[in-house]
Amino acid sequence: MATFNNNSNNSAALSEELAGQIGESETLGVQLRRMAKKNKLAVFSAILLILLLLSAIFAPVLTPYDAVTGNTAERLQGPSFEHWLGTDEMGRDVLTRLLYGARISLAVGIVPTLVSLIIGVALGMTAGFLGGKVDYIIMRFADVMLAFPSLLLAMVIMYTLGDGVINIFLALALVGWASVARVVRSETISLKESEYVEAARSMGMNPVKIMFRHILPNCMPSLIVLFTLNIPSAILSESSLSFLGIGIQLPNSSWGLMVNMGRQFFNQAPWISLAPSVAIMLVVLSCNFLGDGLRDVLDPHLNNQ
Amino acid sequence: MSTLKSIGKRVLGSVIVLIGVILIIFLMLRILPGNAIITMMGEHVDEENIARMTAELGLDKPWYVQFAVYVKGLFTGDMGTSLKYHKPVAELISTYFPTTICLAAMAAVVAWVVGIVCGVISAVKKDKLVDRLFMGFSLLGVSVPVFMTAMVLQYFLAYKLRIFPIQGTTMGLISYVLPAIALGWNSAGSVARLTRSTLLEVMQSDYIDTARAKGRGATGTIIFHALRNAMIPVITVMAMQIASLLSGAVITETIFSLPGIGRLCVDAISGRDVPLLQGSVIFTTILVIGGNLIADCLYTVLDPRIRKE
Repeated sequence: MATFNNNSNNSAALSEELAGQIGESETLGVQLRRMAKKNKLAVFSAILLILLLLSAIFAPVLTPYDAVTGNTAERLQGPSFEHWLGTDEMGRDVLTRLLYGARISLAVGIVPTLVSLIIGVALGMTAGFLGGKVDYIIMRFADVMLAFPSLLLAMVIMYTLGDGVINIFLALALVGWASVARVVRSETISLKESEYVEAARSMGMNPVKIMFRHILPNCMPSLIVLFTLNIPSAILSESSLSFLGIGIQLPNSSWGLMVNMGRQFFNQAPWISLAPSVAIMLVVLSCNFLGDGLRDVLDPHLNNQ
Repeated sequence: MSTLKSIGKRVLGSVIVLIGVILIIFLMLRILPGNAIITMMGEHVDEENIARMTAELGLDKPWYVQFAVYVKGLFTGDMGTSLKYHKPVAELISTYFPTTICLAAMAAVVAWVVGIVCGVISAVKKDKLVDRLFMGFSLLGVSVPVFMTAMVLQYFLAYKLRIFPIQGTTMGLISYVLPAIALGWNSAGSVARLTRSTLLEVMQSDYIDTARAKGRGATGTIIFHALRNAMIPVITVMAMQIASLLSGAVITETIFSLPGIGRLCVDAISGRDVPLLQGSVIFTTILVIGGNLIADCLYTVLDPRIRKE
């Protein structure tokens, strides 16, 4: 009797441990709390990103200056108590422009990444689930998109579509979906073999329903990580495009465009270009820290790749 | 044999991708925008000019005929004529190409030497101050926008201290130093991080213990046993970085006014020069596909386990 008890205790402990390793018994909230305890840097990054998002939204309340019209008497001033990050060539407050520019720069980070995630999930899941010719065609298409240097492809798409914020969203979404599709496809293929999908299929469940009810929820951890890690590349691409003058156009403003505009005054007033550059760097760093932290708790599998 | 076979398969795959790349660029630049002539010449063009240009560029033929003509031209080195410079695109590319290659090569040297050295030292001194310092430096390299590094280097080392030229290629190889550092730092960061993590992983394996047990010193074990295997994924990533170095060159070349392919692409866009844009993008992408193919083949040759897949 004693031996039996001991055994069952052991197996219970073992299955608990296994469940812990697979991460199945934990809800998303529990996993996030685990990350918060373990990885302070990720938490700090998340707070920084949220603060930045809030200050972009509430920019008019936070700053007394106007982002479009400046005071020419105060042009090219260095950082001071009145103007924390100095003023630009038209006497506008750089910090104010930074906050307003954050609206487009952060939107460019989030919206196209989300769109490319949706396209990537749809195509990747279809390819992985159906297999055969459909899989071959979709994946070769993804290979072709991945073969392009992403900045050059985005440049060509922008040339074709013309300037405009919506077109930037479109260009970056078209550039980003292929890598998502690859990840989702490989996850779908391995999930397709699992018993519960087999069971659902043998009960005659509609394939589309299987994809949305059984496969998609299991891809979620990887998708959250991919989302966080793809935001920086979208922001960097937008800033590179705007820097080259083929991205966001005046009167709109983004961080990349601010860098571009300040470039000709770099030797007299480096802060005009440096402030948005540092802002880009901070957002990219924070997203990378947060993404790494999320990956560690949500998706040990992705970590090994 | 199996190595040859798997390399053959990869070459075939690259050819398919290559055709896809040319087709997509071709369709995007010629067909999608509606009338390419209006895109090229601006909105106020009279009917007669449109008709003349359409016939001249062969745009009145169906798209697949145009595509066949273009691909046929590619084989003979004919990429059309630049509208802005009135010269053959192939000739322009061959004039501008050496600059880009020189820049990318120097950036690669910066990236790979700095990256591998930092990575190895970090792995050996794991969790020590040097490790933290190098890894912070690498992470910064991965996150900092190329234009920021370029402008800051240009400001301090060229404008203030006057050690390097501010722009252009007047001082020979020295004029490439700053652009190469700006471009290479990003790749150096990822090489350093990857070298460190693979080296740490390899050092856990049994054969390293064997080497140590046989009396090899710590340095010898790392150089002769661990590094050899740890380098396999690093080399693949290095070959793939050729892509990011070539396309990252667009920004570096713009800031330092270097006459390279990236500059040519930007010029082509601002000058609405479709043949030139098409030619330079396709040319760069071919190089990138070539780089990735070499990476794949190297991986197959270096790691026998891959062949079995």
